[in-house]
Amino acid sequence: MMRTLFLALSAVGLLALLIVPFVPALVYDIFVMKTLCFVLFACAFNLLLGHTGILSFGHAAFFGTGAYVTGHLVKVYGVPTDLGILAGGVVAALLGTIIGALAIRRSGIYLAMITLAMSQLVFFFFLQAPFTGAEDGLQRIPRGTFLGIIDLASDTALYYVVLCIIGAGLWVVWRTVNSPFGHVLRAIREHEPRAISLGYPVARYKIIVFTLSAGLSGIAGSLKAIIFQLAALSDVHWHTSGDVILMTLLGGMNTVFGPAVGAAIISTLSHYLDPFGAWVTVITGVVFMTCILVFRRGVLGQLQQRLKRRPSPTASTPIDTKPKPHH
Amino acid sequence: MPAKNTLKTIALSSAVLSIGSVSSAMANDDYSDDLVRIGVLTDMSGIYSDLSGEAAVTAVEMAVEDFGGEVNGVPIEVIHGDHRNEADTGASRAREWYDSEGVDMINDLSNSGVALAVAAVADERERHAIVNSSSNVDLTNEYCSPYVTHYTYDAHSLAHGTGKSIVEDGGDSWFFLTVDFAFGIGLEEQVSEVVRDAGGQVVGAARHPLDTSDFSSYALQAQASQADIIGIASTGADAINAINALAEFGVTPDQQPAALLLWYDDIHSLGLETAQELLLTNAFYWDADDDTREFSERFHERTGRMPNMAHAGNYSSTMHYLNAIEAAGTDDSAAVSEKMREMEINDFFAEDGYIRPNGRMVHDQYLWEVKSPDESEYDYDYLDLVTTIPGEEAFQPLEESTCHLLDDE
Repeated sequence: MMRTLFLALSAVGLLALLIVPFVPALVYDIFVMKTLCFVLFACAFNLLLGHTGILSFGHAAFFGTGAYVTGHLVKVYGVPTDLGILAGGVVAALLGTIIGALAIRRSGIYLAMITLAMSQLVFFFFLQAPFTGAEDGLQRIPRGTFLGIIDLASDTALYYVVLCIIGAGLWVVWRTVNSPFGHVLRAIREHEPRAISLGYPVARYKIIVFTLSAGLSGIAGSLKAIIFQLAALSDVHWHTSGDVILMTLLGGMNTVFGPAVGAAIISTLSHYLDPFGAWVTVITGVVFMTCILVFRRGVLGQLQQRLKRRPSPTASTPIDTKPKPHH
Repeated sequence: MPAKNTLKTIALSSAVLSIGSVSSAMANDDYSDDLVRIGVLTDMSGIYSDLSGEAAVTAVEMAVEDFGGEVNGVPIEVIHGDHRNEADTGASRAREWYDSEGVDMINDLSNSGVALAVAAVADERERHAIVNSSSNVDLTNEYCSPYVTHYTYDAHSLAHGTGKSIVEDGGDSWFFLTVDFAFGIGLEEQVSEVVRDAGGQVVGAARHPLDTSDFSSYALQAQASQADIIGIASTGADAINAINALAEFGVTPDQQPAALLLWYDDIHSLGLETAQELLLTNAFYWDADDDTREFSERFHERTGRMPNMAHAGNYSSTMHYLNAIEAAGTDDSAAVSEKMREMEINDFFAEDGYIRPNGRMVHDQYLWEVKSPDESEYDYDYLDLVTTIPGEEAFQPLEESTCHLLDDE
């Protein structure tokens, strides 16, 4: 019963996404594309927070790196858009390996602070590097063609390409969570010393998931750069790192696609509340506090909880917030 | 069954949409949507909200009201939006306005990153954008467009206005307090060049991060440099903090600060005691003559403040745009663009102003000196005119512009 309801909801959601370019009067396709980028970003981020129990406070570094790398390659070196996006993901993943390898030497708040510090370094790099245009951003990135056949200058064509890539990214996230690898990640989240005692190379697992999360975040950033034809400092700013945490918590960090719901809510709020000017931040804050106080598991987490009698492995109890021993 | 229904809905809605677009195309050949819609895209909530923000919207609304609310019988509407100082937010808002809300012209555009991004969208969608409150000269060079007009000021006019006039007045050794950002560094480089060309020298510079509150060490460096002129290559809160620090450390009576982009509002917040003797280039001052006073007092009645140059530019550029529509008899972008570049601008804001093919509006700039508290006789009486900088000198010479539109001619 519950499963059919979920399938029906997903089908309706997918159908709605498919017809977006045909109903410009109802919803604006570029807004949906932007939201989709944040959907992938938040779900990739949640691989760390929700599924491994690592709080990274510097994920904008990967998102922004993807955007700048893709933008620069496509604009200056004329790299095809598809390869540019791939390169954005790869460079972000490499950066993720480096930052991850440093950060996982500590845990909890110390880990978060290391990622924040590293992401500030990345921010400073993009502020100062000669090719980024500093606060003016990297402007007029050509959209080019996808795989040499699809002309991305058309918003509709771009929309479906973005939808496909985001879909593939989300599939990777889903597959990761529901794999033996994902089970080990949850074991690490629930009881790290025990995972170690069982013989799992915990550090290596953490670095791999860090790399994966960073790479997918980078692809989300790359897509955003292609959609808006610009990469800007706001993409690497710590506000963006904060936003993605907000989206994840709001949607439900113990679900696979909860962060997607959170991303959609935050984007929609900031888009449609625009006439309220400065009040947007206040309203978002109130919504966030209400959600955290009323349904701690997040929107989707709470929904699943309501519908499910027996929690599945992907919808287990929230992270244990008691202090853990440090290693 | 549900799938069939959805298909039906899609078919119906697309049919309705296509009918809608056909009928609107048929109903008006000359005016899209039978409406001239102006969007004011500005910073409503962030650091520039005081410089442009809601007052910019008011300025545009005033222009529309003064124009009579309609042009050739077609109503004019003003909407506004917040770009939150994010280039992508600005670009997506602009796209949405042009694509699905029938906006014909976007005005204001504080923040250079946003202005560049929106200019790109305007060029692509062939709709108008008028930049009034940001300074990036790329708008009339590399990224120029027949549909983009850079109206009030730019980095070139600030640098050349302030730099050249001050050196000619005898201030020939310079030290810079520069915000470590593309904007600040670009401004510093431009002014340095002007100063050297005019026979002055640059003895040094100190760079500070954005949003610096403690300027003490920078003020001491400026003092140690013993330069005549302290060039302040920053704006907003940074410029205010820098000027305050220079006053507190006793730098200012001996060495004169020159603000490269200071707004009228900044002097209001600094107070004359601190700001006195400061030199600044502005395209507009409310108390310059009867016409500026007439506009400014009406503006003051509505907003409770005096307009700065961007507000005056918002009003003047909107008026010019509407005049161009009236003359062209259509709101078609290309025709309006041609008229805008053809017609001269003569109002309280500009005398014999004109728009070059690269989109640069050329008009006189003014170098002002802030009055001392004793000299100020009534509220908002802050500035004395030092010199008028003719538009041709203030703005980049057309032959130096790298704008691609100039190659075609």
